Parts: sequence; C-alpha cells; structure tokens
Amino acid sequence: MEDTLLIDAVERFANGEMSVQEKTYFEDLRKNNPELDQAVVEYLFFMNEIQKHSKAKNFKNALHEVESKLLIEGFITKGSTAGKAKVLQLWGKYKRTIAVAASIAGLVSIFIASVVSSVSNNGSDTNLKPLVEKLNSQESKTRQLETKLNKLEAGTTASKTPVKPRLDARFRATGFLIDANNNYIVTNAHVVSQVKNNLIIENNKGDQFTATPVYVNKEMDIAIIKVTDSNFKKLPVLPYNIKKSSADLGETVFMLGFPKAEVVYGEGYISAHSGYNMDSLFCQLSTAANEGNSGSPVINRSGDLVGVINSMEKNADGVVFASKANNITKAIAEAKKITGNEDINFKGSNALRGLDRVSQVKKLQDYVFMVKGN
Amino acid sequence: MNTLEQEKLLLKGLAGEDKQAIEQIYRDNYNMIKNLVINNNGTIDDAADIFQEAMIVLFEKAKLEDFELHCQIKTFIYSVSRRIWLKKLQKQARYTTSSDSLEETIPVEDDVENHEKKQNDFNLMEAALAKVGEPCKSLLEAYYIHKKNMNEIAGSFGYTNADNAKTQKYKCLVRLKKLFFAQYKLTP
Repeated sequence: MEDTLLIDAVERFANGEMSVQEKTYFEDLRKNNPELDQAVVEYLFFMNEIQKHSKAKNFKNALHEVESKLLIEGFITKGSTAGKAKVLQLWGKYKRTIAVAASIAGLVSIFIASVVSSVSNNGSDTNLKPLVEKLNSQESKTRQLETKLNKLEAGTTASKTPVKPRLDARFRATGFLIDANNNYIVTNAHVVSQVKNNLIIENNKGDQFTATPVYVNKEMDIAIIKVTDSNFKKLPVLPYNIKKSSADLGETVFMLGFPKAEVVYGEGYISAHSGYNMDSLFCQLSTAANEGNSGSPVINRSGDLVGVINSMEKNADGVVFASKANNITKAIAEAKKITGNEDINFKGSNALRGLDRVSQVKKLQDYVFMVKGN
Repeated sequence: MNTLEQEKLLLKGLAGEDKQAIEQIYRDNYNMIKNLVINNNGTIDDAADIFQEAMIVLFEKAKLEDFELHCQIKTFIYSVSRRIWLKKLQKQARYTTSSDSLEETIPVEDDVENHEKKQNDFNLMEAALAKVGEPCKSLLEAYYIHKKNMNEIAGSFGYTNADNAKTQKYKCLVRLKKLFFAQYKLTP
C-alpha cells in the first residue's frame, strides 16, 4: 500500500502535477529520509525506462505500419510472401557446389546400381520374394528313403492297396480347387514355372495326384492346373464364390497354405488396394506368410475368395501381396478358349457364409492342396 | 528547396514519428540496404530487419535536441546497416570477407553500441511486461504506451471509477518494476 502511495507521489512529481506546497513537502521528505530518496530515484529511473520503452514501441509500431503498407504495395518483399527469392538466392550461391555434388551423386548411384544389378539375380525383383518353398536335399533324401522303404514293403508284404510312387519334390506351394467337377486347381504362375518334370498335388490326407498345367499368366501370376490322376476323387461343390467387387481396405481375411508339410492357417487384413509398385492387379495384405504360401486362397469373413497369395516384401515385415480374385475369373475365361479346357467352369456356393472360423476352415481344408513338383 | 533542407524536414518528421516521413525514408533507402544484405550472405527477411534497426538508430538520433546530421541520411543509414549486419554475421560466424569496395561509410560505432544497449533495455521491458500477466500488461500499455487517460482506461477495462483503475495500475507497476529490475541488475 505504501508503495502505491509512493508511486502516485513520484508520478505526480515527475509530471509536474504537484502544487508548490506539496512539492516542497515532498522534497523535504526526500532530504530527511535517504531510504525514501533511494526509492524515489529508483522509481524515477524506472519511469524513465517505461517512457523510453513506450516511445520505442510507438516508433516501432509506426515503422511496422509503414512497412506493411509498402509490403502490400510490393515495394518491399519478404521471405514469407516470396519464398522463391530465398531459394533462388541459395541456388545462386551454391549452384556450383550443387552441380559438383549432383554429378558425384549421379556417378556413385550409377556405379552402385551396376554393382547391385550384377550381384542380384537377373530378372526378378530383389525386393519381392515369391513364396514357393524350395525343398532342400535333406528332405529329398528322406523322401527317397521313404520311397525305397515303401517299395520294399510293397515287395515283401504284397499289400492290397497299391502304394503310389512318391515324388522327389524340389519345391512346395499351395493351390485350391476352382472346378470341382472337372478338377481344375489355381496356383501361381511362378509356381508352375518351377516345374521341370512332374507336377503333383497332395491333399490333406497325404494322397498325391499327378497334375498338368493348362494355363499360365505371368502378369497376373495365376496358373490353372488340371488334376489328371484318375484316382482323384471328385469333391462336392466348391464352398466359396469369387468376390466380384475388389476387397475392401481393412477387411479381415484368412488363408490356408503349406508353408510347411502340413496345412497352416493364417489371418490378416487387406491393407492396400494395390500390390508391389502400385500394381493394380494385386492387393496388399498385412499378415504373416512364408515360403510355401504361394497360391494360398485368401478368403474373407463371408467366405468369398478375394485373392491368391503370391509374394511378400523382403525388407518389410508382414507385407504380403496377393493376386486379386477377379484375375481368377479372367484366367478361367481365357483358359476356356484353349482346346482341351473348354469344360472348365467355376461353380461355387456360399457354404462358408455365416459359419464360425473353425467350421469354415474345416470345410475349406479339403479344397486346398499342396502343389509340388520337380 | 535544396536537398539539405529536404533532409532536415524528413528528420524532423521522423523525430515526430510522422508516417509520411518514415515512408519517404523507406522509399529512398530500402533497396540499397536490401542489396547490401543480400549480397553479403543475408536473406530478404534479414534485410527488412536490418533496415528497421537502422531506422530506429536514426530516430533515436533525430530526437536529440542538439542533433545535427553531418552527412546525408543515405550515408548514415548505409553505415549503420552495414555495421549492424557485419556484427550479426560475426555472431553467427557467417562472416566471410567484407568487400571493402563498399561505398564510403562514416564512423557509427558509438551510435550502434548505444542502440544495442537501448535494444537490450527494450527487450528487458518487453519480457517483464510479458511476465506481469493480464490485465496488468494491457492496463500498463494503455496508460504508458497508448497514453490513454485514467477515465478511458477505467471505462474500457470495466473499473467503476478512475481511482480504482489508478490503484490497480500502481499495483501492476510495482510488480512490473520488480520483474524488470530482477533482470536488469543481472545484465552487466
């Protein structure tokens, strides 16, 4: 409270608002009271500071007003309104450095590119990994032993059921039935292209049947193979349909495939409408897939076929690509035109609709096959 | 009217914060400073800032009662801008080589140093005002900077009478003074 009284007095004193009498009294007080005098001096100093500040501020405001007027007029330009000027100016300043740096960068990238392309296997995209599993020699050897054993058994015990010769497969992938009447199966084109001699399919009971490719489309990475084995028992009508519209983003999907010698269930969701490098023939899934999953059917919640797994991105986790389901329809239509395949006909049903996942998988299992070959 | 008299009028106008005078000085000198700054590693924004500072230095000088400019306004603004800009470059270690072919300059070291001290005080007061909080800040600014009288202030701030506004203003001033001196005494 004393402070405010003091300020009031100082202010009036400084502004010359005091009467002569008051002024004399005030000055007497200051003379006799050094503390008060000190406080007054301090206030006078501070008032002076404020006055200076207010003057500077007012002048700055006037400057700003003039400046903005000239800015609008275009007499003055500023970085915020003319960002180009700064960039141009930087360019002017550094263009020689930039030119040198750019040419070095260019040379280096050409050099690296040539090294990379000579090191990497030619043709195929190094960032994409087709999901066919190449079986190692160890597995082949076990198979050979098994075959020998089977032959031996066959010879000695003369069992009634003829034992089918087992194939020494070099690779393993997945396929699924698209025509239950005439036994056509869809898998990936890159799977079929691995075949040098024989192609077989194996059902979930381990029975193997010979098959032969009838249609291959590398662009869509779709191949149709026909089971030619007479022992193959026809299955009832397909439990799935091909989804006509494209799959929706975020749609949950599941798949069955053979990343190992036994059927494996996987699930995920549609994460993008296009595949690697924005390829619109494919879509992107977020799921886990492994070698052997190539050709796995991708089924949505209502039991419709939405795609065929074909590859995954090497450098990213869980980025898997699938050929879109309408590619199957296209492939069937084109395969039909080839002599010998006129009978191919997709006849599906919605038998999976409304079932819980376990029942869906149970039903689907019979229609998914291991595709092997050598 | 000869150039000397024109300049005297301009400076008088500047001292009185006359906007027309300020504008005229801008028009006569801004491009020169823009070129100076841009040709010496500066941006167009730097140029605008430097010119404003030079204007403030000139304003401070023009206000002095015994002021007499012994050179052209152009030369003074150029010398001050150059000095301030070189100092800034040195601070930022962006200083490369000063082209000494630059036009004639007059010694302005004292003016610039004086200006820097004032600028420092200005910033201190700004910081104190920012810290004092509302409604104190607006109240003090209304009185000391916008020079409103206590009755107007009482009206616009909603005080019932000028005396109450005045009491509040004094309280605010006490706080501002404390904040200001707390910083002021720290700086050498």
